[in-house]
Amino acid sequence: MIAVVIPIAMTLFAIAALLNLYRLAIGPDIVDRILALDTLMINSIALIVLADIWMGLGILFELALLIALMGFVSTVAMSKYLLRGDVIE
Amino acid sequence: MIAIDMAWPLQLVIAAFLLVGAVVALIGSWGLAKLPDFYTRLHGPTKASTLGVGCTLIGSLLYFSLQQDGISVQEALVTIFLFATAPVSAHMMGKAALRRRLPGVTGTRNMPDR
Amino acid sequence: MTPSMRKWQFWLPHPLFSLFLALLWLLMINDFSMAHALLGLVLGVAIPLVTHAFWPEEARIRRPLPLLRYLLVLLVDILRSNLVVALRILRPARHLKPGFFTYPLALEDDFAITILASTISLTPGTVSIHYDAEANTLLVHALHLEDEAGAIAGIRERYEQPLEEIFR
Repeated sequence: MIAVVIPIAMTLFAIAALLNLYRLAIGPDIVDRILALDTLMINSIALIVLADIWMGLGILFELALLIALMGFVSTVAMSKYLLRGDVIE
Repeated sequence: MIAIDMAWPLQLVIAAFLLVGAVVALIGSWGLAKLPDFYTRLHGPTKASTLGVGCTLIGSLLYFSLQQDGISVQEALVTIFLFATAPVSAHMMGKAALRRRLPGVTGTRNMPDR
Repeated sequence: MTPSMRKWQFWLPHPLFSLFLALLWLLMINDFSMAHALLGLVLGVAIPLVTHAFWPEEARIRRPLPLLRYLLVLLVDILRSNLVVALRILRPARHLKPGFFTYPLALEDDFAITILASTISLTPGTVSIHYDAEANTLLVHALHLEDEAGAIAGIRERYEQPLEEIFR
């Protein structure tokens, strides 16, 4: 049963990633693009984990954790860059 | 291709987690693509995608715990990390959007004018 | 404060955090052997010791039991909010009534406010966007805002009051 479900789930996540790419392409603002990239990172974590089960490896977890870390840090860094130099703080 | 020797109720539970996770994450990304303005788009990824990936990770945790000897808790770490960081990135992006004075969709109540 | 007490506090400035780091190490390495437990404990003592100077004032968790209940309520609300948000997304966008509202905070502690802001972001149709330190308010965006006072009262009753109890 799992063997049937995993390709379906991977397809759904791939469609989700395509939707994120669509938002990344049309924008309209740079913050929308940051949000799209952030979501793309989250969806790619799920894809990696599913591939891990599919191939029966059980070792791709480190990759997922690294991507989660990089996604978070880059999102915050880019947002901080946009925020810099204003009196709103 | 994977070879699975597992009782079918367990398989059903894991399959349900994986499928529900994928559907929820897809709805989140669908929201990101179709909602009208940035502030509403922010809701899709912070909730739906996070929970969707969380479900997938829990399914993976169950699978590896049952397939191999001993429990595998590493996926739980990624889940906790995602749930702890998603609000923070949403907050930062929202602040950046306010700072850039992105307009809300018409009909937004109490639009702050900074 | 006695000298021995001060010494103990120097080596272990954040005992709970040290324990958390040790546990985190064990989870990450996924190997519950004695050697890794010791290594985790060493890391748990060393990391707070080195980074101590960068830390803001530490919040004290007074009551662990309400915290557990709070986490359970949060888990249920995350599931519920996902259902609500998913339905809102699937319906046509013209049914949405998005809006901002300002939430006046009663909490004073920075850590507790962080937790409350994260909770608001994770639960039904709301994202906290801006924290005003002077007025002590949170600017919250709601995906579907019909009853502003009701939303504020809901957050106050469901999340802020338990947090006040935990961090009092």
